[in-house]
Amino acid sequence: MSEVKKGYIYTETDEWVKVDGNEVLIGITDYAQHHLGDIVFVEITAEGKTIKKGDVLTTIESVKSANDVFSPVSGKVLAMNTKLEEDSGLINKDPYNEGWIARIQLANPEELSTLMQDEDYHQYRKE
Amino acid sequence: MLTMKRTPLYESHKELGANIVPFAGYEMPLVYTTMIEEHMAVRNVAGLFDVSHMGEISIQGRDAILFTNYLITNQTTDMQDGDIKYSPLCYEDGGEVDDLLAYRLTETHMLLVVNASNTEKDFLHILSIHELHPEFQVEITNRSDQYGQVAFQGPEAETILQTLTNFDLTQFKVFTCHEIEIAGVKTITSRTGYTGEDGFEILASNHDIVTIWNAILGAGQTKGVLPCGLGSRDTLRFEVCLWLYGNDIDKTTNPLEAGQTFAVKLEKSFVGSDILSAISKQGPTRKLTCFELDGKMIPRHGMEIFHQGKPVGYVTSGSYCPKINRIAAMGYIPADLFAIGSSLDIQIRGKMVPALMVKKPFYKGTSGRKDRR
Repeated sequence: MSEVKKGYIYTETDEWVKVDGNEVLIGITDYAQHHLGDIVFVEITAEGKTIKKGDVLTTIESVKSANDVFSPVSGKVLAMNTKLEEDSGLINKDPYNEGWIARIQLANPEELSTLMQDEDYHQYRKE
Repeated sequence: MLTMKRTPLYESHKELGANIVPFAGYEMPLVYTTMIEEHMAVRNVAGLFDVSHMGEISIQGRDAILFTNYLITNQTTDMQDGDIKYSPLCYEDGGEVDDLLAYRLTETHMLLVVNASNTEKDFLHILSIHELHPEFQVEITNRSDQYGQVAFQGPEAETILQTLTNFDLTQFKVFTCHEIEIAGVKTITSRTGYTGEDGFEILASNHDIVTIWNAILGAGQTKGVLPCGLGSRDTLRFEVCLWLYGNDIDKTTNPLEAGQTFAVKLEKSFVGSDILSAISKQGPTRKLTCFELDGKMIPRHGMEIFHQGKPVGYVTSGSYCPKINRIAAMGYIPADLFAIGSSLDIQIRGKMVPALMVKKPFYKGTSGRKDRR
């Protein structure tokens, strides 16, 4: 079964958010990486951009299909995980740590309250 | 809501932890571990696929061989008992109904193994052709629910399967079938496959196929044999440029432009032969072409192919190819633009990516190679 990381918050489209003061780290969940299968490519082009909640943050290409990752929050993209350029499989191997995708500076911290707590997400994706 | 069918191996897939998806009306395993791992197991050792969803249609009777010879584009009149041929099955307009393997079991029994998603359509098509030509004395039966089938594919398949049968597999010729016992149960086994590697496809009763599945996985366990799902089945067939019906060929494509000329015998009369002969004389106007791409963006079915900024064709299949570690695609382009070594562009999510035309296949496996071991 897929792991849900305690203390992270989640979207219905299977992104996770780890809050760190005024900044957040974003990735996709274990459920999502499992569903996508072997990931071969992640676009690392959003650094420096200002994006809105729900905008496409990046596209993840797996052997099976191409899938958009939606930004769970609005803000400025401070960094993208450049290690994914070399080894996009990090998302498969370690989706909650090494496989993080973007670091964003929150423009509107209230948006976080619209996301799911770990237990709710666990229920949501319970198979 | 249609009820999904399950193959006799459904419970085995569940136990192995497969990711199960709907495919052609069946609940089928997409992947057990990862597609790349399963792909490489088949290229390097061997892998075992449940292909029980494939359709089996029997043509039996006095004219079984002659009727099949008229029905499909390839020739059956020169086949011996136990011979198998690959063939497109066409409409009168030259478009493809399906592609299939035709087994000559006996002088009065041809068995057609067809794509799962097309079984019912094929069966009705074959009945309609027979209705137009009742002079052929044949009986046509859809036996799909009577058979289970597994495919055991890879360079080590022969050695491992040999531990489960008394039949001398070194004498088993490519594209032939034999009624042999495997793991103590009766099968119709063929030396065929859909991965580009040497290997076998094994038909048995729904009950016995479970015995065979377990026996092969048991015999191969210490050698690195893996159960493989539909995901790697697709990347494996793609890497060696085998056609997938519904992607690379369909009712709007003909076998000449798809590069299946080797299986189209224009010197005989068959369903679609008039039109295909005319197309052959002028040469097909478009051609299914193989491309390799730099980078990691993957072209997918339906994406457009451009020449000097103008759309000229479309991608039929595209994937990351694990063995050659390259992105590749196949697609139809105008025949006059075909030139190995030159490039066209494929539009992938708004970006134009240069695509180099290459010879097929992208990778050559051990299938049909004498030095396969």
